[in-house]
Amino acid sequence: MRVPDPSWLAAALLATLGATACAGGSRTGVATAPPPAVGSVAELETIAKARRDSARLRYTEADVRFMTGMIGHHAQALVMAGLAPTHGASASVQTLAARIINAQQDEIATMQHWLGDRREPVPEVRIQGTAVMVQGAEHAPHMPGMLSDEQMRQLDEARGPAFDRLFLTFMIQHHRGAVVMVYGLFATDGAAQDAAVFKLASDIQVDQITEIDRMERMLAALAEGRAP
Amino acid sequence: MINRATPVDHSLFALTQEPVMALVSPSSIRPAGRVTAQLGTLALMSGLLGAAACAPSTSTSGMGAPVPAASATVAAADPRVGLRAGLLDAEEAVWNLRVLSTTPPPREFLGAMNSDLAFTGTYAIQGNFNGIQVWDISDPSQPGLVVGHVCPASQSDVSVYKHLLFVSGEGLEGRLDCGTEGVQEAVSHHRLRGIRIFDIGDIRNPKYIGNVQTCRGSHTHSVLVDPKDADHVYVYISGSAPVRPEEELPGCSGAPPDEDPNSALFRIEVIKVPLAHPEQAAIVSSPRIFHDLVAPPTHGAAPEDRAAIERAKARGAFVVEVEGQEFVLPERMTEEMLDGVVKARGGTGAPTAADSASLRQALPDMVARMVGSRPGPAEGPRPGPTQCHDITLYPAIGLAGGACGGYGLLLDISDPVNPTRLAAVSDSNFSYWHSATFNNDGSKILFTDEWGGGGQPKCRATDPKEWGANAIFTVAGRQMHFKSYYKLPVPQTPEENCVAHNGSLIPIPGRDVMVQGWYQGGISIFDWTDPANPIEIAFHDRGPVDASRMEMAGSWSVYWYNGVLVSSEIARGLDIFELIPSVFLSQNEIDAAKTVRLDYLNAQGQPRFVWPPSFALARAYADQLERSNGLPGRIVAVRQELTRAERAAGTARREGLLQLATQLDGDASRSSDAAKVRMLAGAVRELAATTR
Repeated sequence: MRVPDPSWLAAALLATLGATACAGGSRTGVATAPPPAVGSVAELETIAKARRDSARLRYTEADVRFMTGMIGHHAQALVMAGLAPTHGASASVQTLAARIINAQQDEIATMQHWLGDRREPVPEVRIQGTAVMVQGAEHAPHMPGMLSDEQMRQLDEARGPAFDRLFLTFMIQHHRGAVVMVYGLFATDGAAQDAAVFKLASDIQVDQITEIDRMERMLAALAEGRAP
Repeated sequence: MINRATPVDHSLFALTQEPVMALVSPSSIRPAGRVTAQLGTLALMSGLLGAAACAPSTSTSGMGAPVPAASATVAAADPRVGLRAGLLDAEEAVWNLRVLSTTPPPREFLGAMNSDLAFTGTYAIQGNFNGIQVWDISDPSQPGLVVGHVCPASQSDVSVYKHLLFVSGEGLEGRLDCGTEGVQEAVSHHRLRGIRIFDIGDIRNPKYIGNVQTCRGSHTHSVLVDPKDADHVYVYISGSAPVRPEEELPGCSGAPPDEDPNSALFRIEVIKVPLAHPEQAAIVSSPRIFHDLVAPPTHGAAPEDRAAIERAKARGAFVVEVEGQEFVLPERMTEEMLDGVVKARGGTGAPTAADSASLRQALPDMVARMVGSRPGPAEGPRPGPTQCHDITLYPAIGLAGGACGGYGLLLDISDPVNPTRLAAVSDSNFSYWHSATFNNDGSKILFTDEWGGGGQPKCRATDPKEWGANAIFTVAGRQMHFKSYYKLPVPQTPEENCVAHNGSLIPIPGRDVMVQGWYQGGISIFDWTDPANPIEIAFHDRGPVDASRMEMAGSWSVYWYNGVLVSSEIARGLDIFELIPSVFLSQNEIDAAKTVRLDYLNAQGQPRFVWPPSFALARAYADQLERSNGLPGRIVAVRQELTRAERAAGTARREGLLQLATQLDGDASRSSDAAKVRMLAGAVRELAATTR
């Protein structure tokens, strides 16, 4: 995997932007733009796209590792949530599972686009039963929070309230792992400078912490004998 | 490929029908060429898309909107469906609005995301991930760029107060020196995460005069102007990103507060800014407004649920109380427990009445034990709302609405340094509590759910209308009561990021009307005077940036400011609109709204609108009474009196108005809309008082 070297990056930036480069490196560039009406729509669109493409060059191997890994991580959440309708989950757990599927499918698409835009290998997710195959990331190291095969088997065998309890317990474990991955990313030199990476990672962090809290409450409700 | 799970609860997936839009107005007011079918009221009530179509067919809503069943009913294909894509040349749909201008970003900011807006004088200040842009909007049909100041930070949330401009920095790339090269090291003394302060005394040359670093950076912030303190302003910082390492900013700790009392979790930051010495701005308190937050009942626990508990009690079911809330024990559970009691006394067979009584007696202790054994986090980050996303301060009523992850909070801010929590609500349909807006008298509050974080397409036909929506609450006795959801009532493509986002009230007197940005869902203007039946009254939308994939764009925020609606388009620049009259909104109401002038606006520091006396104001109330039929047989005469008074001057005008006000006092006692008649009488009397 390529680790962009800073000097190459700077050269690429300049080449892409040419004379339109923003005040790169200057301390506080106060600049008054020419009246917008001067630029034709086509010209402005070209500048906007060039700017966007150049911004895409600002990433490191840690960002790629995070995006690639998180695709596999999310894929397991899809498998877990996909069991809810057939395993007698309660209405609220089914709602939660439906939202997890909706959210994490969209985020997988975002991460795949992010990698594709940067010509990095794009992992393809295949799900067969409870097995997740992530092609293009076979050698990803074990990620925090991932369910073991044994845990996945337990979940698949559970039904009704037992499924609810295991689902919530394992999904809390799984979400916590994702949050740990975000902390790991932010603690890496050079990582998450790219606004798209920072946004996605931050969104995963806040959304999953919020969801962990909700699941803790649901689990507590279950332990107290009321509907989660 | 990814498995798509089967939707499990079809009531949650009610948006799959063909998009039709309920209309209560003649087709002529819709954009031409999009009306495809004339359908009856039945169809109107069946093909519902969102709350706009849910107005009752039998009565008027509180705003006095026309009665659907009594009007010509048209269900048209919504013109927002199928718009052609494009970055700067996308197809547009507009309804009950006029586009005054669309201004692409200046070159330094093209391709970087625009964010929030603040206003001062005739200027709009637009945040951008690459810095700030100042626009002169004195001619809203031709905004002029005054200055673009490059100083990268996400999200560059902006606020103004007098000569000061505050800008939020949260991301890892923000530099203290405003440089564009980012910060490569995970720990660095060049990094800015917090608030930057600029002096904009000379708005053409913003001067960077200081900053306040915070442990989690500043995702958003809100400026609190304390009515009792003219020498300071306060800035409430909300930051949801992970806590910075202590080596970067001493004193920052991400440990749970029970391990480290100085933890940056579970608190907000209050910054005190001396106006005479803004460079001395500093954190003065870190209120732990989330302390001991217990989950309140979700608003699913409705009156029906309480009735069910009463019925269960009546038939002798076992009811337990947990944290002040009653729950009926499932029968299977009580059977097992009763068997346990039988076994415990060494008996066999069916439990007796005595067994039942002893179980009833033992239950509270058992519950206490169960609650005590609530599973706690064994490892990893501690759950719970550790931060707010945004706080809307409404100093005129001493309250704030905190949108804080899994909760919506009502805060008392009468002591700016020590805000306290009055109430909290949660909602299983809400993914992420994002922002809040009060209505003008503070009797209602609207929270948004930024499901998916704003970068995801959450308005597709398959996305539930309760998710990523607004939730509307009434505020009474310092508690919040859920009334309804409002979601953009038209589906968007998977190529358009779309979810509830930032907006503000529009000062239509006597009604609660709001304008709101929905990212690439465009902007939607809706009336929530009747909190149970919000209804859309105007919109603007564009096609996606790209027809083949989602690119970040759309209205980040749109606010009413001195007569116009200004929208910050993430990718496309600055859009300015004005309202045009429709069956939902009269010219008099628009004119009355335009009489409200503000010196500055930060939408998260909500101003109280005050309408100066004007004939437009009186006529606006008269128009509303015509809609609500609250002054039958008198509207024409009232309007004639107003016209006569306007043509007169001095004593004749004053006496004419006073006489009209007196007549209206009498009308009020007979009116079905007495409150509105009294508002009209008050407006006429105030007009008389200002007549010389």
